[in-house]
Amino acid sequence: MITRLKSSLPLLGIAALALALLVVAPAVLSDLRLNNLAKYCCWAMVAVGIGLTWGRGGMLVMGQGVFFALGAYAMGMHMQLESVGDGGIPTFMILYDPLAPLPAFWEPFRSGVFTIAMIVVAPVVVASILGFAIFKRRVKGAYFAILTQALAVALATLISGTIKYTGGDTGLSGFTSFFGYTLDDPLNRRLIFTITATLLIGCLVVVWQLYRSRFGELLVATRDAEERVRFLGYDPANVKLVAFVVAAVMASIGGAMFVPIAGIMAPKSMDAAASIFFIAGVALGGRAALFGPVLGALAVGYGQSTLSEQWPGTWIYVLGLLFVVVTIALPGGIASLATRGAGVMAGLLVGRRPSHRKAASA
Amino acid sequence: MDSLIAPLLNGTADGALLLIAALGLALTFGQMGVINMAHGEFLLAGALTGYVTQQMVASTNLSILLALPIAFVVAGALGVVLEATVIRWMYDRPLDTLLATVGVAMILRQLVLDTFPSQGVGVVTPDWLDHQLDVFGYEWPLRQLFTILLAGACLGALAAVLKFTSFGRQIRATVQNRALAETLGVSTRMVDRVTFFVGSGLAGVAGVAISLIAATDSTLGTKYIVSAFLVVVAGGLGQLKGTIIAAWVVGVSTAFFTDWTTGSIAQVIVFVLVVIFLQVRPQGLFTVRTRGLA
Repeated sequence: MITRLKSSLPLLGIAALALALLVVAPAVLSDLRLNNLAKYCCWAMVAVGIGLTWGRGGMLVMGQGVFFALGAYAMGMHMQLESVGDGGIPTFMILYDPLAPLPAFWEPFRSGVFTIAMIVVAPVVVASILGFAIFKRRVKGAYFAILTQALAVALATLISGTIKYTGGDTGLSGFTSFFGYTLDDPLNRRLIFTITATLLIGCLVVVWQLYRSRFGELLVATRDAEERVRFLGYDPANVKLVAFVVAAVMASIGGAMFVPIAGIMAPKSMDAAASIFFIAGVALGGRAALFGPVLGALAVGYGQSTLSEQWPGTWIYVLGLLFVVVTIALPGGIASLATRGAGVMAGLLVGRRPSHRKAASA
Repeated sequence: MDSLIAPLLNGTADGALLLIAALGLALTFGQMGVINMAHGEFLLAGALTGYVTQQMVASTNLSILLALPIAFVVAGALGVVLEATVIRWMYDRPLDTLLATVGVAMILRQLVLDTFPSQGVGVVTPDWLDHQLDVFGYEWPLRQLFTILLAGACLGALAAVLKFTSFGRQIRATVQNRALAETLGVSTRMVDRVTFFVGSGLAGVAGVAISLIAATDSTLGTKYIVSAFLVVVAGGLGQLKGTIIAAWVVGVSTAFFTDWTTGSIAQVIVFVLVVIFLQVRPQGLFTVRTRGLA
């Protein structure tokens, strides 16, 4: 009975989170706050992917901004074209060069179906090629982390440097509608929130299923003893590759939803600093736990937008200290506290005395 | 001819800067396994030391020479503090040192933003460096030659210390076999601290040289850190010659690609080339071969 209860606990948690996001939040929050919460949900999607690769797979991805950008720019390009209407050319391009035709790679993004397909296909292709090359050559640990960060830096530099095609540092903005729904209408913005929150819950369900599958066991085994996994006849590179690709898709979807919510996409939202910001929530919440990354990312997102509005400098200190303190004192994040607490609770529930008597008698 | 000479010389100077920055990393990352993301902010500390010295000393001719040793000590001291407060807790968790020092880097950057003017500070080039050398018709700024000589001096000094002094032997012993070195009476804790001091100090020296060439603002460290890490990774750990070659190649190829395309595209191309290179040689150019699986 207890084991069945235990195995369904994560599902109950997901249901509780879904209830909080889809029913409670829209009922109590104002339009503005709901829009902010939608933004945190986008970051949380990235965080769920980082939890999968870093927490369970041991691969510290410091460049999720790359995949975030793939989704965000695909969506941004589509919404930009939708806003200027059929045959129109985005304003920033006209400002730059009134006579320039629309670049060829922009053209297909007029189609909404193509855009949605690209949001999923682009990260799969990029992450597969990259991951295949990196993992097959057994590049790992710090090397892997630095390489991914270098890619985020490279892509951010590339976008900043190609003003003509991407809007450069100013980015894409001035969107008016999202797949036919005008963005001015608060009701439509609530709809966008609902979609985002549903996608986040979807990501959580996917990761939950992965964690309880044989793949999840293999992933943890690869993290803890890669050579043993290899000796057992599995190829750790494939295991890592799957986790990396899934995380990339989640980051891309998060990026895509970020654009209608934030109303702007610029390199600042995906560069090395942003990629590190994505990790902050995961580290705080607990990288290996199911709910750690989500709750951590929501908390860090909330912290950023409330604190940084009032004292921008202070927030950076807080974030920096968070990294230092969490990595030194609490590598398992806040979730590790919860697990410890839950262990004691479960012991009390069953009537079995936990190993430390003090906790039982207290 | 000019189109070849200019990028070659400029690139070599950039490579020399990268080399001084990467030497410190090669010591701390390559030899101790610690990934110090705050290394870039130590560069910044060096550059700011150059600026502050210039404000204090009336003669700009003298201040740059004074700033070099001071920056070495300032950045080195920062490194020792970082080692004693943060890194010592996680020698067995290299990935965590990376994250913790990212936090330290953010704090240091914000401190600089809060203390110094946010648009950055200017370091005046001393008169004796404000000349051009005529190299096959190309007017080469003398300060670039200065950075190359500086890199050579740092490299020579470091190599000599590692090779000829008893302390250098202790460092190498600790790197090769920590447990055995301890058995032989080497205080590995002490060695760690001093290695960190020297590695961080080199970042300070590089910072002074960078302040002569680039703008000194809070983003200076971020600009160099990733390239410096790529140089260390591509050069291979445990040997300095790989770092030297990698720094030079990255510097010169960036200069050539910048010449042919634009600065940002050049950076992207070089990053991608390094990633491809690591496909061919995942351990970098030169590596110490072991029988270990890792």
